Amino acid sequence: MKTITTIVTSAALGLIFAGPLAAQKAGEALTKEECSACHLAYQAYFLPKRSWQAIMADLPNHFGEDASLPDADRAEIEAFLAAGAADRQGRNPRWLQAISQDVVPMRISELSWFTHEHGNRVKNRVAKDPAIGSISNCAACHKGAERGHYDDD
Amino acid sequence: MIKTALLILTTSALLVGGQAVHADPARDKIIADLARAAGTTLSAQRGQAFFTGTHSGGKPDSPSCSTCHTKDMRKPGATRVGKPIDPMAVSVTRDRFTDPEKVAKWFKRNCNSVLGRECTATEQGDILTWLSSL
Ligand code: HEC
Repeated sequence: MKTITTIVTSAALGLIFAGPLAAQKAGEALTKEECSACHLAYQAYFLPKRSWQAIMADLPNHFGEDASLPDADRAEIEAFLAAGAADRQGRNPRWLQAISQDVVPMRISELSWFTHEHGNRVKNRVAKDPAIGSISNCAACHKGAERGHYDDD
Repeated sequence: MIKTALLILTTSALLVGGQAVHADPARDKIIADLARAAGTTLSAQRGQAFFTGTHSGGKPDSPSCSTCHTKDMRKPGATRVGKPIDPMAVSVTRDRFTDPEKVAKWFKRNCNSVLGRECTATEQGDILTWLSSL
């Protein structure tokens, strides 16, 4: 009896979670594919929801390029990024607390922790090596950047 | 049967005119459709001039297709962030221009970035004719 209840409960839970989970997986795949056509698919937790919304609302003017997408794809990617943003599920990391609510940070590379950790030594290295290209090319130095591993420097 | 033969003949004629040497049915169709929409003979030479030339009207950081794709189509390019882009020459990157949605998406974006407008069917057809001949 207990087994049956467990099975039924698991099946029901499975049904409840399978939908959103599948959608999240699809959103993740689409986000990786589209963003990484030009740059690392920066992890969603690097920016708060309001930043992702602003970025996804102006793709035709994306940091000096037109990166427009069909609206369905655009919406799916925005939903995925919002769900994983720095302020997801009521979180509020300290670096984010220091930014006023009415300020919308647009560049990860301009966040105070980022500029603090990437001082002149890193800036010179980027400037000297054309193969790196720009400070936004995380994977040039952080080999695990695509998987969210940045502690190798 | 006759229709198919005619279609093949027309397509080959267009391809010979455009010097596309690396045949692929999907790519050939994309170029044939552009040729039809353009209503003129496509020109690899015009395509090269357009692609490697400097334009105005677009975004300041990308005045040319060569900004990212370089001028040597057999070499990899790089995005402005520094991520490599596979070479555009079809002889080097075999699956280039075989997915019509991908081709349309990037023409729309990149022409807008470089020229501040969409590229015409003639411009697109010229470019693909050139890149397919390399
Ligand atoms: C800001 C950088 C940049 C500029 C400028 C740029 N491109 Fe691209 N282009 C890319 C990237 C990134 C891709 C996608 C990656 C890939 O296909 O390897 C791409 C892909 C393409 C594709 C699709 C290739 C395929 O296999 O289907 C075409 C066509 C294209 N570009 C044409 C152009 C033309 C024409 C111009 C000039 C009007 C241009 N590009 C300017 C970055 C650029």
